[in-house]
Amino acid sequence: MTADTTDTVTTPEPVSGSGVRRFRSPLRAAPAPVRHLARYAGVAPFLAYIAVFLIVPLVAIVVGAFQTADGSFTWSNLDVALHGVYLQGYEQSLEVSAITSIIPGIFGLLIAYAIFTARGRAATWLRQVVITASGVFANFGGVPLAFLFIASFGSSALVTGWLSNIGLNIYGWGFSLYTMSGISLVYMYFQIPLMVLIILPALEGLRPAWREAAQNLGAGSWQFWRFVGGPVLLPSFMSCLILLFGSALAAYATAEALTSGTIPLTSIQIGTFLNGNVQAGQENVGQALSLGMVVIIAVMMVFYVLFQRRSAKWLR
Amino acid sequence: MASVTRDLGIAMTPAPPPVRRQKRSHPVWRWVILLVAGVYFLLPLYAALRFAGISAFGGVFTTPGFGSSLWLSVKLAAVTWVITMLLMIPTTVYIHLRLPQLRRLLEGITILPIVIPPVVLIIGVLQVMPLALRSSVWLLAIEYVVLAMPFAYRALDAGLRAIDVKTLTEASGSLGAGWITTLWRVILPNLSTGLLSATILIVALVLGEFTMASLDLQQTFPVWIVLFDQTNAQISVAASIFALVVTWLVLMLITVLSSRRSRRSGGAEVTLFSVAPRETIGN
Amino acid sequence: MATNELAGDKATADTAPAAGLAGQGAREGTSVSLRSLTRAFGATRALDEMSLDIEPGELVALLGPSGCGKTTALRIVAGFEFADSGEVLVDGRDVSGVAANKRDMGMVFQSYSLFPNMSALDNVGFGLRMRGIGTAGRRKQAAELLDMVGLAPQARQFPHQLSGGQQQRVALARALAIQPRVLLLDEPLSALDAKVRLQLREQIRTLQQRLGTTTLFVTHDQEEALSMSDRVGVMRSGKLEQVATPDELYSRPATAFVAEFVGTMNRLPGELTDGGRAVSVIGVTVPVQAGGPDSGAVDALVRPENLTVTPSETGDGIVTVRTFLGAVTRLTVRLSGDTEVVVDVATTAAAEMTPGTAVQVGLPQSPVLVAARES
Repeated sequence: MTADTTDTVTTPEPVSGSGVRRFRSPLRAAPAPVRHLARYAGVAPFLAYIAVFLIVPLVAIVVGAFQTADGSFTWSNLDVALHGVYLQGYEQSLEVSAITSIIPGIFGLLIAYAIFTARGRAATWLRQVVITASGVFANFGGVPLAFLFIASFGSSALVTGWLSNIGLNIYGWGFSLYTMSGISLVYMYFQIPLMVLIILPALEGLRPAWREAAQNLGAGSWQFWRFVGGPVLLPSFMSCLILLFGSALAAYATAEALTSGTIPLTSIQIGTFLNGNVQAGQENVGQALSLGMVVIIAVMMVFYVLFQRRSAKWLR
Repeated sequence: MASVTRDLGIAMTPAPPPVRRQKRSHPVWRWVILLVAGVYFLLPLYAALRFAGISAFGGVFTTPGFGSSLWLSVKLAAVTWVITMLLMIPTTVYIHLRLPQLRRLLEGITILPIVIPPVVLIIGVLQVMPLALRSSVWLLAIEYVVLAMPFAYRALDAGLRAIDVKTLTEASGSLGAGWITTLWRVILPNLSTGLLSATILIVALVLGEFTMASLDLQQTFPVWIVLFDQTNAQISVAASIFALVVTWLVLMLITVLSSRRSRRSGGAEVTLFSVAPRETIGN
Repeated sequence: MATNELAGDKATADTAPAAGLAGQGAREGTSVSLRSLTRAFGATRALDEMSLDIEPGELVALLGPSGCGKTTALRIVAGFEFADSGEVLVDGRDVSGVAANKRDMGMVFQSYSLFPNMSALDNVGFGLRMRGIGTAGRRKQAAELLDMVGLAPQARQFPHQLSGGQQQRVALARALAIQPRVLLLDEPLSALDAKVRLQLREQIRTLQQRLGTTTLFVTHDQEEALSMSDRVGVMRSGKLEQVATPDELYSRPATAFVAEFVGTMNRLPGELTDGGRAVSVIGVTVPVQAGGPDSGAVDALVRPENLTVTPSETGDGIVTVRTFLGAVTRLTVRLSGDTEVVVDVATTAAAEMTPGTAVQVGLPQSPVLVAARES
């Protein structure tokens, strides 16, 4: 290559900015349409990868949901998926997801706010510890959590024992680690840290000038939150809740580790179609169930995007 | 200029004792919340430790399957990391430099793995993949790349935005550097915190991913913990705590390193969890 | 567009003031006193026994480089920070113990302080809402204020739809809506474009004078401070070096720091003569302004416009740089002895003094400030 340092604008498409050296493209001499397409060459590997390993499986599920074992079109899969034990699965899943998104949502917000507003020398240390802890718990997975809880809240475990020593016989009240109530309790263990992590950026978007301006104009703490802080945070809070909901809905490992697939949750039920005993004529019900789950989450993501747009406008 | 230096000198005298200070609010509620949260989270840990007993920890390392499953997980993490980096770094840089209009599309694509739960993904994957892939353990690595992609993209994207890669590249070009030199010497070094974040998220993800591995019938570390021996819960608990502690230490290490680095370079602090996962994958 | 922004400006400035605020001009203003404020952060003193008295209806600017403590002082007056010692008196009463939201002061922040979830109208009406004024009355007063700052058409818009200059005008209206006893401005124009800054400067000053509100204004831009204020306090390292009218600050600076911070100043080595009452500088002997050292090596501080320069074959100076500044041209002249001096002349007179021309620099016989020489 000649050391042609006075060369300018060598991208395939003429771009403004004379004097700035762009990188040489071997396609400089190619005809215009080829050059235009060639610009997208850079993202082609990525798109191809996603297409093959994400889109294709997804399409297969959508298609398979409407197929019988021999490939003909049918509604029966959907029919089964929306009735009986599978309907129960959906109901339970939605219920658990709702509970374990709203409650952790509130607690997560409180914790995040607590560390965010801490001042003083211990404050940075506190933030660091809480953020890392949140990352560990939120990120790591349901398996160790499940075992931690078996060890503490199992029917003959320590915490259960302590609680009954002070008169709270939780198992007597119908609590069991291996039923919905237990599952919910364990879910909260990773949902709360997740909430802390995802709401922190929104809190950081709350400018101190707003608080001070409000104070200056006569607002007390409560009034600030009611008129400014709360409304501004609300879209972010809602979008975080949606993420929590999706996270709970899709969760599999925790429930599986705790119950080995015996409770009616949609994600668990889907799993049984891979390795469990499948009834004849219902081979593809798992895919119908999957389709249902994807549809629910997709709808929620639409709302998520809407909330995100609103908060992005305000929390610039 | 004696008078000037005297004026310019920062007063080193100690501050006078406060004559009267306005009462500053010290909200108690903050510590109550943190205390309750602390108890809620530490209690099961403590109980689990008591339950498992010290001997169980020793037992963990000698139990059959521990080594092989851990090793498998580590290998998977390494392969996943390599593929993810090879795929995402050029793509993200390219988008930032040449195709900024595709950023919206990219962000939309990165939402997909979140909309599609891992349990659903594995069903689809096992349906369409050829037998050769299906029976190979590397299928997991391939799909883990898909799971990791949103986090890697966000980490890299945040890092690129923080360093204004377009200007840096143009500056580098105006000084005569070719694109490989620019990528290697200018862009990548400045992305180090973003890369670090992405790396650790990938490691945590792979080491903790249970759903797809178990349904694909592969014996990775999390799968081993759950399935190897249903009768000896203590070993399982000990193994879980071990995994948890190791992850915690590694994450703390990375956080400290990255904050020290960004403080030194004065760059925008891409905190480890500013690229927090939108959803927990391993759960 | 900047020019269109204040399109309503002249008109509103001339119309009768809004009914609700008509009385304010006639109302007795509020005096503010800062007494020996001290604030330390660790070993550094942000404020060092700073004292200042502001007369009712006055606009006082605190001017200084960043880190000099001016913002700290302002925030202490507002109630967002607390002094380690000293007090703030408003109308003679100590407000140091009063919470920020009860001090009845209006504040305009540097930027982005408008509540993003409210329209301009609601933002302006917020303070009124806190005071319990009903919706209809609030809307009306807020509308009048927006009109006063020339933003009536933007009443329903949200902050993210407004430009920086517009946002600051809304912020100003919001601060004034509560008819505060004191108006505090924390570098409100720093984040704006030059042209917008100029227009807003005028508008703030006009409004302030019309309403007669006692105002404390913090800035690092000396042009701003000098053009807007009744008095200016120049601060450095937590202390006030001089508090005076802009005029006095410029022509009779009390210390070398003030002299060099405000405007451009030449520093010319000189020799004291006549027992320290006169100084010999660039070949001329002139009287010395009282207040400086009377012995030792000194520099004379002379403003560029106070020097004269004429082309002269026998002159001891050579023009090295000529900078066109509009009506005035700034010439840098190198004298024998390698002293460089900056002289401002009318552009018409500077036409022939191109770089390389031999010139003679002169100094009229008025007292100059001297300071100990910098080595």
